[in-house]
Amino acid sequence: MNTRRELLLGMGSLGVAALGLQAWRGAQAQSQLALSTNQRIPNTPLVTHEGKEVRFYDDLVRGKVVAINMMYVACADICSTATANLRRVQQLLGARAGRDVFMYSLTLQPELDTPELLKAYAELHRVDPGWLFLTGASADIEELRYSLGFSDPDPLVDSDQTTHTGMLRVGNDAFQRWTMAPALAEPRQILATINHVSRTLTF
Amino acid sequence: MNNNGKKNPSAAPNDPPDGPARRTFLKLSATALTAPLLLSARNSDAAEWVTTPQPVFPPSPPTRPWLEELPRQIVPIESVSTLDPPPSVSPNTAGGEAGRAPHQRYAELTGVLGTPEFYELSVVENAEYLVHPDLPTQRVWAYRGTNPDATVPATIFAHYGSPTLCRIYNKLPENHVGFGSPEISTHLHNLHTPSESDGYPGDFYSKSMAGPTLDTSGTKQGAGEFKDHFYPNIYAGYDEWRALYGDGIGDPKEAQGTLWYHDHTEDFTATNVYRGLVGFYLLFDHIDTGKEDDDKPGALRLPSHPYDYPLAFGDRRFAPLPDGQLFYDDLHVEGVLGDKIVVNGKIEPVLRVDARKYRLRLLNSGPSRFYEFYLVTAKDKVQRFTYIANDGNLLPQPLFNQSKVRLAVAERADIVVDFSQYPIGTELYLVNRLRQDSTRKPKDVKAPGTRVLKFIVDRNPPEQDLSQVPNQLRPLPDLPTPEEIDKLPKRRWEFDRKNGLWTINGRLFDTHNPRAKIKQGSAEVWELVGKSGGWSHPIHIHLEEGRILSKSVDGIEVPVPLHERGRKDVFVLEQTMTMRVLMRFRDFHGKYVMHCHNVIHEDHAMMVRFDIEGEDD
Repeated sequence: MNTRRELLLGMGSLGVAALGLQAWRGAQAQSQLALSTNQRIPNTPLVTHEGKEVRFYDDLVRGKVVAINMMYVACADICSTATANLRRVQQLLGARAGRDVFMYSLTLQPELDTPELLKAYAELHRVDPGWLFLTGASADIEELRYSLGFSDPDPLVDSDQTTHTGMLRVGNDAFQRWTMAPALAEPRQILATINHVSRTLTF
Repeated sequence: MNNNGKKNPSAAPNDPPDGPARRTFLKLSATALTAPLLLSARNSDAAEWVTTPQPVFPPSPPTRPWLEELPRQIVPIESVSTLDPPPSVSPNTAGGEAGRAPHQRYAELTGVLGTPEFYELSVVENAEYLVHPDLPTQRVWAYRGTNPDATVPATIFAHYGSPTLCRIYNKLPENHVGFGSPEISTHLHNLHTPSESDGYPGDFYSKSMAGPTLDTSGTKQGAGEFKDHFYPNIYAGYDEWRALYGDGIGDPKEAQGTLWYHDHTEDFTATNVYRGLVGFYLLFDHIDTGKEDDDKPGALRLPSHPYDYPLAFGDRRFAPLPDGQLFYDDLHVEGVLGDKIVVNGKIEPVLRVDARKYRLRLLNSGPSRFYEFYLVTAKDKVQRFTYIANDGNLLPQPLFNQSKVRLAVAERADIVVDFSQYPIGTELYLVNRLRQDSTRKPKDVKAPGTRVLKFIVDRNPPEQDLSQVPNQLRPLPDLPTPEEIDKLPKRRWEFDRKNGLWTINGRLFDTHNPRAKIKQGSAEVWELVGKSGGWSHPIHIHLEEGRILSKSVDGIEVPVPLHERGRKDVFVLEQTMTMRVLMRFRDFHGKYVMHCHNVIHEDHAMMVRFDIEGEDD
């Protein structure tokens, strides 16, 4: 039982073609996701760019401080700039990246972006360990996208990948607190938000 | 339209009651949203998608109206005789103060105006707050003064020419779990305030954390358990005035009256305000004296305390019972539109009034809902009142025989209602007729509306009502001539949305970098432009109010309503509107912000830093 999935099923019955909602087609497929007990963050099965199978909540979020964005390899718009910018954030985090703060990039085109392709993308951008690029089944990724608020209430905008979200979702699962930073903000602006949420730099 | 296989919404209550609260909630939300979706889709013209594909949250539990009573009169926060440790110009970091910049002009202004009146506010958690008897007690955050009898929300009475020094302790639990972040940066909206006391979003603090713009040079790296805010209570244009006249505290035409303070912590303003961090600061001067029996010449003798009553309205949502807790979804980019209206912290309360005139100071404290209030009888007959102030500033003349007050988030309206025209026992209601489906903008006005507050006229006043509403209130400062306005620097600010984020001039908030540097003492024309339709942005500019010079929609000039022709600090940019606003930047320097006061937009980066540069900068 899940809010977003139920909603997607409802929308699917309206007729995909009439609404031109290409992105929602995959979401009609039944997925077998389970919500973790106390969280509404799905425990989506995903594959990392290193080929490892993971569960989104259990393995990547539970008890952690995370910074999550969405991208895709063929993106001609903001993705490369955002990735380069987040790479600078990773450098600012230094040893904390992958230890106290975990960075994840979810693909918006899971059907195209295989783990191998994502690995090449990560290498191209000289991403250090502690930052995972993630792919999975389309419907699962769509559900995850809605769960994390990477969506627009206007379905036409929402389905247009050229205007896709530029948000970096920043959260601290232990404190059940979430906020965001623009993925294209100045790296130290993003770092300030991460530091605020992570609560690890307290005096 | 095929409805087969869809869950029947009525099936929801059959869910096992012993399941985890969160799961129950999700089930309810899923079933609750199916029906409206399908309904709206039947009529393709009327299909409204504003809330999809976002989750549609289940409605708050029902509450029986008029069970809670507001106090008959408010009790303000009392000042304190001393502060320990004593206040200092530079932050007393060794004594526990956060690393703010030194107070500007403190010695000079207190030399002229005298020692400030001291206040001690604490920001605290109350885990047992009763918002309504049909809901379980709530975990809320609040400003508290030193006198326990002070009413909610915490209200300070201050006076022009008498500075205030407000020490604000952060006593929120550092291990707080859930929405909201237990750091604070308190903004007194819209006092003419030096920047270090303005509650800059990056200046947030707790005893173990410091925001990115605080001075981190002390041993505690900027963190502190309190921060002193210096509120000079001088009129904007103090320096100009004294250059002309050599004396005084500025032009009384610049006076502000109904101010409010709230948390402004970067990224967490929406959730911290939603938890309850709202208070009033009422400013009086030699004409708006707060004494209705004042026999001094020039005193306006408006209805005064205890018949001067501030009312803060805020939208809230509560999870379905048995949980029933204040609900917010901080993973939702659009925030949460409340379906319950709290009035001074209570849902559907009663206010008992004397049969006489009252000054009601209405504030929309947000986070997202707009209101259009009407005062009606039990049979929904619309009543008249007098509109005397907008955004806390008295209008030049009262607007008599008004029937409605429209308030975007952060806007204020002072109205005078004469309850003496009603027989004892009369019941009146304040209703909101503005409908709204999403956090983006209000929808339409529809009678009879939602009753949010009930007045009961239950007695004659113990003393004669000496108050009045004179025909002249407070004159406006002269505007420059059109030729002079044409010569002023223009600055254009475009409010838009890009990649799912709220932008100003295509850019996102950067706490360290000003997007404008403005010479202290200067005037400019700011053009506020709603770049694309679909939402309303109540734009708030810190430091000084402005005057709307013109409004246009898609290039066609539209009239500025009478109540918006005074000095304003919230400019409601509706869809593709453009507004030209005369702004001044006087007396203080440093970092300030302009932002959308739909606080979810603000937290999603629709904010801009501007710096006022003094002679020495």
